[in-house]
Amino acid sequence: MMTIHSMITNDCQILISGSCLPLTQEKTVNRFLITTLSFILLACLNISATYAAEINNDNEINKLKKQLEQTRILLESMQKRLTHLEQQQKESTMAVVQPKPVPTANTPSTPMIATKAPQYAPPAAQSASLGSASSNAFNPDISAVLNGGYQAFTQPPSGFAIPGFPIGDAAGLGNRGLTLNESELDLASNIDNLFYGSLTVSLAPDGGANVEEAYLQTLNAPLGLTVKAGRFFSGIGYLNQFHAHHDDFIDRPLPNRAFLNTQFGDDGIQIRWLAPTDTFLELGGELYSGNAFPSGGGALRGQGTWDGFINAGGDMGYSQSWKAGISYLQTHAIDRNAFDAAGNTAGSFSGNSRLWLANMVWKWAPNGNPVNQNFRFQSEFFYRHEQGLFGTTTPNAAYLGKQFGWYSEGVYQFTPGWRIGLRHSELFANNSGASVTLGGILDSTGHRPRRDSFVLGFNNSEFSRIRLQLSRDNTQSKVDYQMGLQYIMLIGAHGAHQF
Amino acid sequence: MITYIRLLALTSLFSITILGFSASANADVRIFACEPEWAALATEIGGGDVSIYTATHALQDPHHIQARPSLIARMRRADLVIATGAQLEIGWLPVLLRQSANPAVQPGKAGNLAAADYVSKMDVPSHVDRALGDIHPGGNPHIQTDPRNIAIVAGVLLRRLQQIDPSHANDYLARYNDFMQRWNTALQRWQQQAIPLHGLHILVYHKGWSYMMRWLGIIESDALEPVPGVPPTTSHLASLLAKLKQQPVSIIIYAAYQDSRAAEWLAGRANIKAVKLPFTVGGTDEASDLFGLYDDTIHRLLAASQGQSQ
Repeated sequence: MMTIHSMITNDCQILISGSCLPLTQEKTVNRFLITTLSFILLACLNISATYAAEINNDNEINKLKKQLEQTRILLESMQKRLTHLEQQQKESTMAVVQPKPVPTANTPSTPMIATKAPQYAPPAAQSASLGSASSNAFNPDISAVLNGGYQAFTQPPSGFAIPGFPIGDAAGLGNRGLTLNESELDLASNIDNLFYGSLTVSLAPDGGANVEEAYLQTLNAPLGLTVKAGRFFSGIGYLNQFHAHHDDFIDRPLPNRAFLNTQFGDDGIQIRWLAPTDTFLELGGELYSGNAFPSGGGALRGQGTWDGFINAGGDMGYSQSWKAGISYLQTHAIDRNAFDAAGNTAGSFSGNSRLWLANMVWKWAPNGNPVNQNFRFQSEFFYRHEQGLFGTTTPNAAYLGKQFGWYSEGVYQFTPGWRIGLRHSELFANNSGASVTLGGILDSTGHRPRRDSFVLGFNNSEFSRIRLQLSRDNTQSKVDYQMGLQYIMLIGAHGAHQF
Repeated sequence: MITYIRLLALTSLFSITILGFSASANADVRIFACEPEWAALATEIGGGDVSIYTATHALQDPHHIQARPSLIARMRRADLVIATGAQLEIGWLPVLLRQSANPAVQPGKAGNLAAADYVSKMDVPSHVDRALGDIHPGGNPHIQTDPRNIAIVAGVLLRRLQQIDPSHANDYLARYNDFMQRWNTALQRWQQQAIPLHGLHILVYHKGWSYMMRWLGIIESDALEPVPGVPPTTSHLASLLAKLKQQPVSIIIYAAYQDSRAAEWLAGRANIKAVKLPFTVGGTDEASDLFGLYDDTIHRLLAASQGQSQ
């Protein structure tokens, strides 16, 4: 057991040994340097005196003069530094040695509770290094996500399509009946003092593993910069960067599925800069290989996609907080495949695709304490401009797409563990060009795809979630009524989530 | 090529903005205190040489804070982050640290102080299982309920401030000495006042008072939460009520941020008192600083226990 007294003196010693020894060493080194430099200087003077007569060239003399002057300045600055260091050493010794032990409850001079004093040991100070540091203390946070449930549709999900939108392979509905969804394995940890690393592998129910995210992130970059590299979900929009198990609904909104193939991530690099302001302000940019939807084919020698985003956020009083942002993504796609709900290729696109996003989220929790009640409202807007060639087998006919989409959702936790949510999503496509054929993929048939969902969720703890979702899906002209039951279970040490 | 130019343009835009912002510097040591008790302690020792931002207040559950943008922005410029540690802030502090892009406050740096690292912890579980609820593998993190722990952390904080801001080392020391003088006087007063509390059996809402109970010799008979972190259920409250018939307790205590309904319900049935304690600075009107925190805690405990005996 250490008292405050011994703790302080111990630390003082550490401080002294930590800072003063190098100071002394530095001083010796400096003295040595000064001496050496003086000799060199003297030697230079000698040499210059001896040879001055022989040197006719004014330039040479000037050069020597300059060198001499430089040496003098160097000596002076070193002398100054030495004095400064000596001064600092004096000050730090003063500052550090002075803390005097003050009588505390631990020292005998202060009585414990007088008459009926409980005979418990007083609290002990503990050195930070003490603890149960077994060999597996360095293990990363390891967690797994179990995800499964039941889905029912009034229309066959194999007929799903979004009129006017060439969709990616992950935009469709799931299977009917009892299903196991993708399981997830996560490893995350600080790698060393400079880097943080995270790996997420998703395991498809019918076999096969897929690297969903594998990235490193800097911890020590200067000037408020953070660099991320590897494969990761993009920071554009709001919902996109979150893993699906974070969501309050079973599926992603229609526009995320149509424009981002549910979730956009690719191999690349991200730079974010956080402004040194009290209001949260963040600028970010990403450069990607261009292999993932809405791109394809890894154009521009594997740098086909880039984007930029700006986010701001803050609090309004204790109970409300908000975040809003705008993003822009641009890509050059080569043979980007469009799929039908059965997973077959239904078309191919080559050309430029530009996507604008605006997003906002507003959260409310009484007194900033979300444990009992809280409410969240979020909304995102998407606009896409695509120009190039499209065809069912090869891109061969002109295609100009102007497409718009948005969603809004509100989720209310009315009592600990229980929440309800409502969401509306809507899309609209205005496509033109020779590739838009009657009844083809790009034909929107004047229909506005839309979908409404209601969700009831129960969390027994922050690690287990069960939910029921009812949807009226008017993505196609025939209305589809859908019901989904889902469980999401987190096993192990799972990292905290972002706002 | 176009991408390179864009990247270059983006980078130069960044650097220009950064230069613009980094010009505005403040001489104060910026402190990001995760809980109000550490903000109050930093005020005592840092005085006018520090500026303090408190991330949470007494009506928030420090286990469950969202990593809000405002917190990330504040941590970005912090020189010192004071947290309780022992995984109390596991649900939000790691995200803030990682998002803050601030090398000075990362774990292991002088700018990162986890108070519980310097205090020997109680309730260290020998076996960790989530079925036992939201338990902390490193031990009970609620160290601020024993004022003697505050004294230990004060010493640690003094040295950190001296390390981060050596030019005011003597000012910090002077304030520390002054604080400790007053603290030790107060400690003796509290211990005298609390004599009648010794041996009291009480019910708690959450196992957050172990340190206070050890300090004052109070005995915890049970908790309203069936397992830590899971809100009281009706079946658990009913079983507690049955148990109270056999082994009566004097009072039920709960923290300012906790829902009073379960405690009041049980207290009403068992005909005992439920008392709200500040738990941290700001939890009640009287607990406006560290001294007020313990003054009011003991005052409320005494009032409730005396009311009981009448």
